[in-house]
Amino acid sequence: MAELTAALSQSVPPGATAGARFYERDYHPEHPTMLGFWLYLMSDTLVFACLFACYGVLGHSYAGGPAGADVFDLPILAINTTLLLLSSITYGFAVLQIQQNRRDGTLFWLAITGLLGAGFVGIELYEFAQLISEGNGPQRSAFLSSFFALVSTHGLHVSFGIVWLVTLMVQVAQRGLIEANKRRLLCLSMFWHFLDLVWIGVFTFVYLMGVLP
Amino acid sequence: MNPDLPTLLFGRLTWEAIPLHEPILIGTFIGVVLGALAVLAALTYFRAWGALWREWITSIDHKKIGVMYVVLGIVMLLRGFADAIMMRGQQAISFGSAMGYLTPHHYDQIFTAHGVIMILFVAMPLVTGLMNFVVPLQIGARDVAFPFLNNFSFWMTTFGAGLMMLSLFVGEFARTGWLAYPPLSELAYSPDVGVDYYIWALQVAGVGTVLSGVNLIATIVKLRAPGMTLMRMPVFTWTALCTNVLIVVAFPVLTASLALLALDRYVGTHFFTNDAGGNAMMYINLIWIWGHPEVYILVLPVFGVFSEVVSTFCGKRLFGYASMVYATVVITILSYLVWLHHFFTMGSGASVNSFFGITTMVISIPTGAKVFNWLFTMYRGRIRFEVPMLWTLGFMVTFVIGGMTGVLLAVPPADFVLHNSLFLVAHFHNVIIGGVVFGAMAGITFWFPKVFGYKLDPFWGKCSFWFWLIGFYFAFVPLYVLGLMGVTRRLSHFEDASLQIWFQIAAFGAFLILLGIASFLIQLVVSFQRRESLKDVTGDPWNGRTLEWSTASPPPLYNYAFTPRVHADDAWHDMKHHGYVRPLDGFVAIHMPKNTGAGFVLALISTVCAFALIWHMWPLAVASFIALVGAAIFHTFDYERDYYVPAEEVARVEGERTRLLAAHG
Amino acid sequence: MVLPREEETRVPAFFITFARRVLPALAAMALSGCNLVLLNPSGYVAVQQGHLLVVSTVLMLLIIVPVIVLTLVFAWWYRQSNSQAVYAPDWDHSIQLELVIWAAPLLIIIALGAVTWISTRTLDPYRPLSRVDTNRGIPAGTQPLTIEAVALDWKWLFLYPDQGIAVVNELAAPVDVPIHFHITAESVMNSFFIPALAGQIYAMPGMETQLHAVINHSGQYEGFSANYSGEGFSGMHFKFHGMAAPDFDRWVQTAKDAGSELNRETYRVLRRPSDREPVRRYAVVATDLYDAILNRCVEPGTTCIKDMMSMNAH
Repeated sequence: MAELTAALSQSVPPGATAGARFYERDYHPEHPTMLGFWLYLMSDTLVFACLFACYGVLGHSYAGGPAGADVFDLPILAINTTLLLLSSITYGFAVLQIQQNRRDGTLFWLAITGLLGAGFVGIELYEFAQLISEGNGPQRSAFLSSFFALVSTHGLHVSFGIVWLVTLMVQVAQRGLIEANKRRLLCLSMFWHFLDLVWIGVFTFVYLMGVLP
Repeated sequence: MNPDLPTLLFGRLTWEAIPLHEPILIGTFIGVVLGALAVLAALTYFRAWGALWREWITSIDHKKIGVMYVVLGIVMLLRGFADAIMMRGQQAISFGSAMGYLTPHHYDQIFTAHGVIMILFVAMPLVTGLMNFVVPLQIGARDVAFPFLNNFSFWMTTFGAGLMMLSLFVGEFARTGWLAYPPLSELAYSPDVGVDYYIWALQVAGVGTVLSGVNLIATIVKLRAPGMTLMRMPVFTWTALCTNVLIVVAFPVLTASLALLALDRYVGTHFFTNDAGGNAMMYINLIWIWGHPEVYILVLPVFGVFSEVVSTFCGKRLFGYASMVYATVVITILSYLVWLHHFFTMGSGASVNSFFGITTMVISIPTGAKVFNWLFTMYRGRIRFEVPMLWTLGFMVTFVIGGMTGVLLAVPPADFVLHNSLFLVAHFHNVIIGGVVFGAMAGITFWFPKVFGYKLDPFWGKCSFWFWLIGFYFAFVPLYVLGLMGVTRRLSHFEDASLQIWFQIAAFGAFLILLGIASFLIQLVVSFQRRESLKDVTGDPWNGRTLEWSTASPPPLYNYAFTPRVHADDAWHDMKHHGYVRPLDGFVAIHMPKNTGAGFVLALISTVCAFALIWHMWPLAVASFIALVGAAIFHTFDYERDYYVPAEEVARVEGERTRLLAAHG
Repeated sequence: MVLPREEETRVPAFFITFARRVLPALAAMALSGCNLVLLNPSGYVAVQQGHLLVVSTVLMLLIIVPVIVLTLVFAWWYRQSNSQAVYAPDWDHSIQLELVIWAAPLLIIIALGAVTWISTRTLDPYRPLSRVDTNRGIPAGTQPLTIEAVALDWKWLFLYPDQGIAVVNELAAPVDVPIHFHITAESVMNSFFIPALAGQIYAMPGMETQLHAVINHSGQYEGFSANYSGEGFSGMHFKFHGMAAPDFDRWVQTAKDAGSELNRETYRVLRRPSDREPVRRYAVVATDLYDAILNRCVEPGTTCIKDMMSMNAH
């Protein structure tokens, strides 16, 4: 006890080596933001994994109603997919602009990305409206429930991404490409590409496999 | 005036939602109101409103948030335990023509609420609180990776608990059991608000928990002090890391499952319904894919607590550090591969059942290794029977019995006769009380002096321990016996009067536990009164081994004036024995995050939205959702989230500690 | 560092007292004068499951008892006030000990795993019985008994397709005759369980589970639902009678004498929520009723699930 108190209260001139091997005067740990966002994306992956699993189990429970081949519109799917994949490319262009510290270039490509994303969501809403008006809404069967749940969860994520994108555009316009904004743009970049990957899973396992005989 | 306006605004919320005809609830409500008024009066009298907001509600300090989590856990323990006492009371008297004092309608809500509260609003906050307070200190950091998110996570958990409490007085709670299996939880069989309260309380709290998981992983991975490699981390930090990995991979499954159930109830989809292709078995699989990792989320942190306590109070290095780490990681991975053992009786076939049975048994190997490692830490140690060590010894004896009954249940044909029986109830209380509760009590007692600057009174701590230990055996050994007699769970009435003696013994056990809880509360009061004589001056009251014991008790806002540099595991022990002297000057300004009310506000709006969804108040639901998004966006426009603690302030605080240490020699 | 030493020697004594007096007392209470039906059942399947409980417990006690004893012994011997005890503060590693620590539980689990693998196969509820007893195979010429069980809110309906009768909240079977249960539910998940007879299995709407069992002794046994299913759950129990063959035939006859008919109309009345239903017997049962219940098309105009599935495969 006495030893301990002595150790804690003794005087040491600044810079002295005795005990100084046990501390750092000015330590700056790495920024955890990118790792944190990546971890959040992993948790989101699990949400989608559950929805895919649900679709896997319930995807053939048509309840006497339509199957995938009856309701999936492949031309629209092609347009949708093109818009979304293109938007990932345009976001990539935006990131190139960020690396060159070009604010206006960044804003331009972000805007294009947002428009492409909005196009994707718009077409998806149109597709849903069609299905529902035909009586093939999510209440029709377990297959349609899981289809709507998976695809609209993805669509909701894209919609939130667009809201976030617009917000970031305003913030970049106001404050420029400061460190904080760059971090946020890179997080949104991860988010956007993640949604792209999920969509590839969706159109492969849901749409394309759904229309196979 | 549109006659539909009340329905539009208030959905299905009417005056009938207030249970005026239930005397127990009215009595509880009056008690709660009086208690709340007393608290509000005290706050006003002591002019503490400003301090409450500035120092606690808006605090992003992991130490304060940790304290608030533990307070939440203790408050909800009182509610959850009240449910337990009511159940024990009913089951002790309801035989033959005596129907007891609780209708099935009421009893069924009580057992559902008891399970939800104890797991999600008592055990989770207690372990989260301990991890929040201790982990940054143990790794030599100044706060967690995302301090604002930490505050937001806390308020989401608290408001989730608030929604549950609200269901007592406005509407009612689910009558489905704590996991709300469909088809019973579907609209057709549970049309009222109960299951909706369940869904939204868990969704709100669940968001908080996932974000907390992300936060602590990032903290441990990125913010460790220089020189603290992974294999030099304290074991509690290791278990915290594994726990939070489990949180991040498990809780999203809960979110998805409840969302699908909500879609069935709100939109009319057919995920788990009996018709149109729905499949209730899908829900059961999904919910247990969450549910099993959840119980490991509860128990891994307390394994870490026991590791710290055993090595400290035996004055000895923890036996087999590397083995402990590998065992923890193996348990983490395996916990994701056993979920089907919760429903062997669903008829999955012998191959599937035996696979999951065997993986379940395999988990007992690393768990057993941990128990042996604690045992051999005691071997050739010098054991001091402080209260945390008592809890640990109680755990070591009690938990292994629970583990044994668990492995027994893991044999599918054995489970066929024990599933859903009181034997099962005894098993999981055995491991949760013997493990999580004993561990939480050990951790609270162990770290209390660090948090508040004085130890907890040992006498009342020992009373609490003995009442809990003996009470546990009286309360649950009868349930093991009843299970072997073929009695199933969740019954509010029995025909066979020969069972009654067992329930009476169990009720006596619950009474002893009540005394244990009362002793703990008394301990808190008495310790506060005696705090001068129980004071922790040096910051290291137990001769600890890890970095948190190098700080003052309580630590300063910034934890460490200088970030520690680590050269070995048991870093503080290493420092004490290799000539560490505490620096007295040369302090620099320290970069700290600012307090913010945004987390509280966002959580509050989320809860309003949840309440609106529960009661089908659609305009309010839409408006509050838009407000939530708007408030979140508004918060992102705040770029001024940090500040610097001036070097002079750091010097002043450190100087005060120097004076305190010198005065007490 | 000076550490407090009060109350140290008293505390370990408490542990010894606890281990010596209270635990055995609890054990004695447990084993005396109560019917531990899981360890003393009356049906061959349940008997095997009871043996499994004992064997598994004994295997695990091989580890658990030493652990508990060592915990208490170490706590006592290595207490701070015991100056005779060796103190080795930096001893934290021993390869041999680690090997034992990991190997001993591993060996137990390998043994238990083997037991699990074998017993899960032999006691699979879907597996037809090959014996009626430890010592006897199935007598030649024995006709197995088929029973269809439906969990309703909150009562049990049992149909005997070969005898053409149905009973609510009472079940009977002849001794030493293999029984083949087909189980479903009307509304929510339940679990069909007669502890003295065999293990339980879930009863789920729109799905059929199966259970094979045999009752070896005449008597009256408890049966109930082992999965919470709503407000009337506590009353959802029935008596299961094991009977000699002639008594069983007489029991079937009492149902036939009851005279009432179970068809779709009377079933739709029966399935309305009610609890603590008295025993009711039906002399005539519509032959396709169980199939309709299972496929959820008792209501006229509804499509049976099996027909829906064939519609899907277009």
